[in-house]
Amino acid sequence: MQRVGQNERVPVTITLNGRQVTALATSRTLLSDFLRQAVGATGTHVGCEHGVCGCCTVMIDGVAGRSCLALAVQVDGCRIDTVEGLAGEGGALNALQRAFQANHALQCGFCTPGILMSFTDLLARNPSPTEQEVREVLGGHICRCTGYAGIVAAVLQAAAEMRGEAA
Amino acid sequence: MKPRPFDYVRADSVAEVLELLARHGEGARILAGGQSLMAMMNLRLVQPEVLIDISRIAELGEIRIVGDMLEVGATVTQARLEAWPKLEEVAPFIARAIPWVGHFQTRNRGTVCGSIAHADPSSELPLSLALLEGEVVLRSCRGERCLKAPEFQTGMLTTAREADEMITAVRFPIGVGRKGAAFREVARRHGDFAIVGIGAVVAGDGNIRLGVGGVSDRPRTITLPRADESDLQDRIERFAWELGGYDDIHASARYRRDILRRLAPRVIQEALQCNG
Ligand code: FES
Ligand code: FES
Repeated sequence: MQRVGQNERVPVTITLNGRQVTALATSRTLLSDFLRQAVGATGTHVGCEHGVCGCCTVMIDGVAGRSCLALAVQVDGCRIDTVEGLAGEGGALNALQRAFQANHALQCGFCTPGILMSFTDLLARNPSPTEQEVREVLGGHICRCTGYAGIVAAVLQAAAEMRGEAA
Repeated sequence: MKPRPFDYVRADSVAEVLELLARHGEGARILAGGQSLMAMMNLRLVQPEVLIDISRIAELGEIRIVGDMLEVGATVTQARLEAWPKLEEVAPFIARAIPWVGHFQTRNRGTVCGSIAHADPSSELPLSLALLEGEVVLRSCRGERCLKAPEFQTGMLTTAREADEMITAVRFPIGVGRKGAAFREVARRHGDFAIVGIGAVVAGDGNIRLGVGGVSDRPRTITLPRADESDLQDRIERFAWELGGYDDIHASARYRRDILRRLAPRVIQEALQCNG
């Protein structure tokens, strides 16, 4: 049994994008705040804080989930992947990110980190999603700028490229 | 918003959880997937003194077949059940309904038992439990008991769980819906809270069981004799009147009844058509 009292501050260790990091958290620190404020990884955004908007979506032990609905103490020892881990050497964008750029799938970019992480999960599980499947996953996000057509096109294009088909 | 301060305890066994619940009663809440509870805590609609994290208790993470029931443990996520290879064969109705539960991202962490514990009147899993006549396994230091769906969910977000009890599993009868099963719902956006959800299964005797969420304070069911298909619409209309419905910011009671009157015949048709 592990107990964290309400006035305590405890070290929490996560593997963030492949690197181990440790920072302090209280029992009520949300994973989203832990990432942004304790670790300084501000790529993950926070909108509604009750699971609706999707912009805080990260991968927790390999599956996409809301970081505003998880506690830092709850994910101690877990692997967390965020938007900061997507680009390769020297900041080279990956296929999904490039497709977002090419299809005008973002404007202000506030919603984008969460959307990218959801589709990182989807494409790992299902390399050939249908448009309907893409739309269903996108249903878990709200974008107030672009409309969704560009995002759907970007995901389908990235999937094709990742399968080795000419875009 | 952020949750109020609370003591967090990660339990390693069911025995530990039961002991904590016996000690803290109403002040304690159980955290599994957190997809309903954490949202309510962030909104400060729920303010536990002690939060008991059960998500790492291995014995609660099983999907298994016990006699003629499918048993789903307290930490099994909706996504895991959705991806379980035998789901279509064992519980075809759940295979239809579960893709409608929340979003892809919330099903990844949200649990089947958690959704049933939360007892939202319009959600899909409580409706599945009621329609299939499943049961909820509750355990406390005093022992274990099993409640049938209508005994368990007693009203809007209200259940018969005592403060010192935890849900260790839910059970669904195997095979119900093999002769036909269908589910549909109306929501503002796929994955949002349903305004009305409707499920139908063709029972062994050929009769139709219809289940409705979002029109009453809890899921409601009715059995419709298949023989008189002629007065099916009348029976559905009467059922809608009996349920009444409720007004909230999403829809009026009248609109909810209207969805039921119009959508139920289609769901029933769909269930009958997949009758193989
Ligand atoms: S901030 Fe987490 S879903 Fe909106
Ligand atoms: S790009 Fe601005 S909210 Fe989506």
